[in-house]
Amino acid sequence: MTTLNPPTSLREHVTPIAAETHVVSAHWVKQGLLFGLADGRVLRWRDGATEFVEAHAGGILCATGDGGRLISGGDDGRVVATGFEGEPVELAKDPKRRWIDAITLSGSGNLAWNSGKTVQARDEKGRVRTLEAASTPQGLVFAPKGYRLAIAQMNGVSLWYPNTEAKPEFLEWKGSHLDVNWSSDGRFVVTSMQENALHGWKLGDKPSHMRMTGYPAKPRSLSWSHDGLWLASSGADGAIVWPFQGDGPQGKAPRECGVRHARVTRVAFHPGALVLAIGYDDGCILLVRLTDGSELLVRPAKRGSGISAFAWDKAGKRLAFGAEDGAAGVLALPS
Amino acid sequence: MSEKIPVTVLTGYLGAGKTTLLNRILTEEHGKKFAVIVNEFGEAGIDGDLVVGADEEVFEMNNGCICCTVRGDLIRILDGLMKRKGKFDAIIVETTGLADPAPVAQTFFVDQDVGDATRLDAVVTVTDAKWLKDRLKDAPEAKNQIAFADVIILNKTDLVTPEELAEVEAAIRAINPYAKLHKAERANVDIAALLDRNAFDLDRILDIEPDFLEAGHHHHHAEDVRSISLTVPGDVDPEKFMPWINDIAQIQGPNILRSKGILSFKDEPRRFVFQGVHMILDGDLQRDWKPGEKRESRLVFIGRGLNENELRKGFEACAA
Repeated sequence: MTTLNPPTSLREHVTPIAAETHVVSAHWVKQGLLFGLADGRVLRWRDGATEFVEAHAGGILCATGDGGRLISGGDDGRVVATGFEGEPVELAKDPKRRWIDAITLSGSGNLAWNSGKTVQARDEKGRVRTLEAASTPQGLVFAPKGYRLAIAQMNGVSLWYPNTEAKPEFLEWKGSHLDVNWSSDGRFVVTSMQENALHGWKLGDKPSHMRMTGYPAKPRSLSWSHDGLWLASSGADGAIVWPFQGDGPQGKAPRECGVRHARVTRVAFHPGALVLAIGYDDGCILLVRLTDGSELLVRPAKRGSGISAFAWDKAGKRLAFGAEDGAAGVLALPS
Repeated sequence: MSEKIPVTVLTGYLGAGKTTLLNRILTEEHGKKFAVIVNEFGEAGIDGDLVVGADEEVFEMNNGCICCTVRGDLIRILDGLMKRKGKFDAIIVETTGLADPAPVAQTFFVDQDVGDATRLDAVVTVTDAKWLKDRLKDAPEAKNQIAFADVIILNKTDLVTPEELAEVEAAIRAINPYAKLHKAERANVDIAALLDRNAFDLDRILDIEPDFLEAGHHHHHAEDVRSISLTVPGDVDPEKFMPWINDIAQIQGPNILRSKGILSFKDEPRRFVFQGVHMILDGDLQRDWKPGEKRESRLVFIGRGLNENELRKGFEACAA
């Protein structure tokens, strides 16, 4: 699995960016790149020009976005949309100023977030519906089609249709579920768990379970391949990539890519090829081609600069990254 | 690896003076910046940039350990706070009056991310000199909080007579003679006495002498929660001791709130030190026994309904 020669380097194609503080999220919009930062600011970047704008009074905890905006949830209890120009716009505010723990946006513009146990979903017309979860969710994601929200919480995942009165369906599995992800074909829901594992459900009349265990740490970063056949995850000394062809990964061994003496913290599949960006807690970034395991070095290890955010642009030509010490950058793939 | 952020857990029964103490810690000039995790957010009259509301979401770990409960909300909040490193020097976790301190403490030993970034410094329990005796009769939580404490603030001493004060102090000592006890009025205790205790640091468990030597002689038989101190005057055999202590933790873990030990293993120049919270044991070989230092093996258990004779016999059977 380990290549004998040091990986070919793409280092000279990386433009460094000083984000100054822990990068929570990176997000490409039409005009450029937006970083959500742990001190509450958003950094706008376009071709080397940077501008900071204050989006939250406290820190940014979570973020998502669409073609024009970064939408962030903060420890000031606010949901804020920041575009490439103008002032950030407040979309919602928790009256008790509770933390916004998770946030998600669907392709058609439905937005959901939660503060404490209160989950709110806002459809594209701006109508907000509220659900009280049994415990504080830490992960939210919309189904790829339709207005349906998966809510990761204690002992399982709720699947909620916000525009109906129906009680949410509950996918039960004991333990604390953290992040949640939905496959692009809508067939699988996968969570990361407190117990250093992934848990998946194949949806249907009778949802079946998939257990993906053996991680030395919590797999907090998940990414689906563009064809929906692979799910990459962090939490080990290489990226763990599970096969989702057919009935899913049950009984099959995962691929291990980019194994190093460090822990993988972020993974992001290229939007059009079986190439995976892998970020480690020692600051290193590799690109790995899934088909043959070949590796390209994007960023060498740098002490205290663990990778905390990744984003590919839509065309898959540029990879943005951010680190916990405030370092960031953009890799432009050579054409 | 940067320095771990110390976390102080502040417990105490309703009305004992936790909020007063917390406000003093936050407003007094001591050059430290705190992040504070509180309950009943927005109602307790504590405000500030880094004050976070918590929900006390206790859950059981899927690891076959029945009393291995942790606080899910705490894991989530500490993860969020760690992104803002540098904004604060220490963290204080306030629990509700009815909370069991064990899940909070266990969170620091069970969750690796939490354990990597922070260290549990001490459990500080605020008690009320006037009402504690009543609470000990009707509230098991109040008893747990005292049994669990590394530091106890005996507050509102101005509201009782010297005789009543002596009585309540004896009641506390019957349950927990090992905690540092500070008497206070309106929570006016020196902040330095609460912070940087390193109470869960194996390297700092220098001795396990009771803080108050006359402890419990005339009271402890009446309490279901109490401490038991055991000594083997010499070496123990690790081949016998390790399986025995693991068995004790597995079987009696739910009843053992805290445990500590300093042991002399046969043919081992270093001291073996351990501490435990319920079923979770954490132990290591520490410094060398000093020349002239008496090599003996001592254990302390604080718990509910413990059988002293059985524990004593079991421990003595581990003698080398």
